[in-house]
Amino acid sequence: MPGPVQSIQRGAAILRLLARSSGKLGVGEIATSLGLPRGTAHGLLRTLQLVGFVEQDSATGKYQLGAALLHLGTSYLDVNELRSRAINWADALAARSCESVKIGTVLDGQVLVVHHVFRPDDTLQTLDVGSLMPMHATALGKVLLAFDSGAGAALGNGPLEAFTRRTIVAPKDLTRSLAGIREVGWAAQVEEMTVGEAGIAAPIRGHGGLVVGAIGISGAVERICDAKGQPNTALVTFVRDAARAVSRDLGAARW
Amino acid sequence: MATRYVMSIDQGTTSTRCIIFDQQGRLVSVTQREHRQHFPQPGWVEHDAVEIWRNLERIAPEALRQAGVGLEQVAAIGIANQRETTLVWDRNTGVPLRRAIVWQDTRTTALVDELAARPEASMVQKRCGLPLATYFSAPRIRWLLDDVPGLRERAERGEVLFGTMESWLIWNLTGGPDGGLHLTDVTNASRTLLMDLTTLEWDDDLLDFFGVPRAMLPQIRPSTETYGVARTVLPGVRIGAALGDQQAALFGQTCFAPGEAKCTYGTGGFLLLNTGKDPVRSTHGLLTTVGYQVGAEPAVYALEAPIAVTGALVQWFRDGLGLINSAPEIETLAKTVDDNGGCYIVPAFAGLFAPHWRSEARGVIVGLTSYITKGHLARAVLEATAWQTREVVDAMNADSGLDLRVLKVDGGMTADNLLMQCIADVLDVPVVRPMVAETVSLGAAYAAGLAVGYWPDLEGLRRNWHRAAQWLPAMDPARRESEYDNWRRAVERTFGWLQPRR
Repeated sequence: MPGPVQSIQRGAAILRLLARSSGKLGVGEIATSLGLPRGTAHGLLRTLQLVGFVEQDSATGKYQLGAALLHLGTSYLDVNELRSRAINWADALAARSCESVKIGTVLDGQVLVVHHVFRPDDTLQTLDVGSLMPMHATALGKVLLAFDSGAGAALGNGPLEAFTRRTIVAPKDLTRSLAGIREVGWAAQVEEMTVGEAGIAAPIRGHGGLVVGAIGISGAVERICDAKGQPNTALVTFVRDAARAVSRDLGAARW
Repeated sequence: MATRYVMSIDQGTTSTRCIIFDQQGRLVSVTQREHRQHFPQPGWVEHDAVEIWRNLERIAPEALRQAGVGLEQVAAIGIANQRETTLVWDRNTGVPLRRAIVWQDTRTTALVDELAARPEASMVQKRCGLPLATYFSAPRIRWLLDDVPGLRERAERGEVLFGTMESWLIWNLTGGPDGGLHLTDVTNASRTLLMDLTTLEWDDDLLDFFGVPRAMLPQIRPSTETYGVARTVLPGVRIGAALGDQQAALFGQTCFAPGEAKCTYGTGGFLLLNTGKDPVRSTHGLLTTVGYQVGAEPAVYALEAPIAVTGALVQWFRDGLGLINSAPEIETLAKTVDDNGGCYIVPAFAGLFAPHWRSEARGVIVGLTSYITKGHLARAVLEATAWQTREVVDAMNADSGLDLRVLKVDGGMTADNLLMQCIADVLDVPVVRPMVAETVSLGAAYAAGLAVGYWPDLEGLRRNWHRAAQWLPAMDPARRESEYDNWRRAVERTFGWLQPRR
């Protein structure tokens, strides 16, 4: 087993130091207190600032604990902020795929639609923002279940509601399906919610790779899937590219 | 043949952005860099034009890299810019004489009062379509000529040049001191107070009135035309368009027919209505301005209603009051309550713009009771933007004799669903958001692409416009009327707050 990670220990020490000091601390004070080279302390502080755990006063340059630490247990990214950061990429995905785009997050065991872009054919469509969808029967929901280990708890252990004859209803089948989604990094549903409709979705990640939502397209099964009933690979690529672009904007480094 | 793209440069108030678009008008890559805001005195706002140029030098190649696009694949560059921001620089060294004076700057208040008292002052609005106000460039040029020793003489000899931000960037892109092109487009020129709105030329009487030497002014050109070829940053790429940012948004929303209007919601709000080939003179406090000019075709005019404070009120809620951590959270907070609880905020932070034009007004929060929570305040913040839109739409309907049937919106605040629904409710017309929310950049790209034949015509551009979202009015008419009445009474309470110094 590998030993403790030094930079995490040092980061924790910085947070403890800031928590017990009455005012804000400068990088020099922090370095001296912890016996660290100034450059090392600065690097750690910059990283902690990036994830929102510390904040820097723009006037004095001194540091204090960040607001993100205060609501660490609750929502990590405001859904309206998520929409605002994702809007350009969601538009681009709709334009490329010629399908409607939705972004979802988890709310009480369901998918909350936080953003919706119309299919770009100028037909009459209604904005679905604020509506709730079942997790096990939608591509967005399955992505959220696959990458958020807490999200599945609300589903319970019994059989799941069937919307069509293709809905996954047995918990063990769902578990297998989620493992596959984790492996490939995206999810699809084909007529699992509504007959004639299909969808593709991929995870949106924030700092450190934490999944904060899912972005996906949905539409008529003959447009989303190829002749063999498999999701169209070009569309899968568009969805994954959009998810990556949003994740990059949110600060997820590797995706 | 390799796919080709168009690059837009949006030189805005807080940042400079480069966006690459493909032929369907889809966004391919975005890069952005903020510049510093300098506030040397109360009411003064300045930008370092060299910093802005350096930012462009960085982000333009970065946008190409991100998109995996080579220089030879860029069909043209289009520029949109913050309007009325005034810069004077040395023709021989390329060094600005001062920092740029930003459109929000009110240092010329006394000078404008003095000018307005002159008998010829009534000529200004007739000739250029704009009221004599600190908002526009000419008083700033005059202020610089008076303030910098020897500047007037050097300006008369043509040693120093004036320009708004598009002129500065084009001059630098095309070689700077080494033969850089000194030009502006009709939309930007129409915001100086120095251009005759019908001839689209600098006007001698206006130049005399403001005391601005003609030798320092750029040449006025159409909004879309190949001005020249960049020699640096994007060497070899044609520069095909320049437009003021709000006019660029009108173009990006493809409001090409008279009666079509858009509203851009950023720091401030800007409603522009296409009025066709003839300028419409406002009797309800709106500005008459050039919308765009495509090549040698006649100019298309617009009525404009600037709202000084829209997103800036949300920023104040975040930074000044600290009630939210990020601007989008205003919606989360506003949704914790069902209505405004009887509370109204009128953000007359520096007076009110259209349709009131009250420089002495200051902001108010009215209807406070112990019942009011921060959720109600958040709602009042969003409603302030909606009601201010209603006021200018009413003015526009009255001036143009047309009834607005649908409002096309864009800008960062269109991500706020509650606000968009609220605007549809108070206007009682559908509000639609296009698929590309970055309409300022898109408009600049469209205009540039049109100039070089990347897009064939305006109709072709129209086909690229798609509805991304729509909000339908769903407010009880009686409630709309009573809320509007409350809003109007709140606005009246801002009037006359600032008193003349005794």
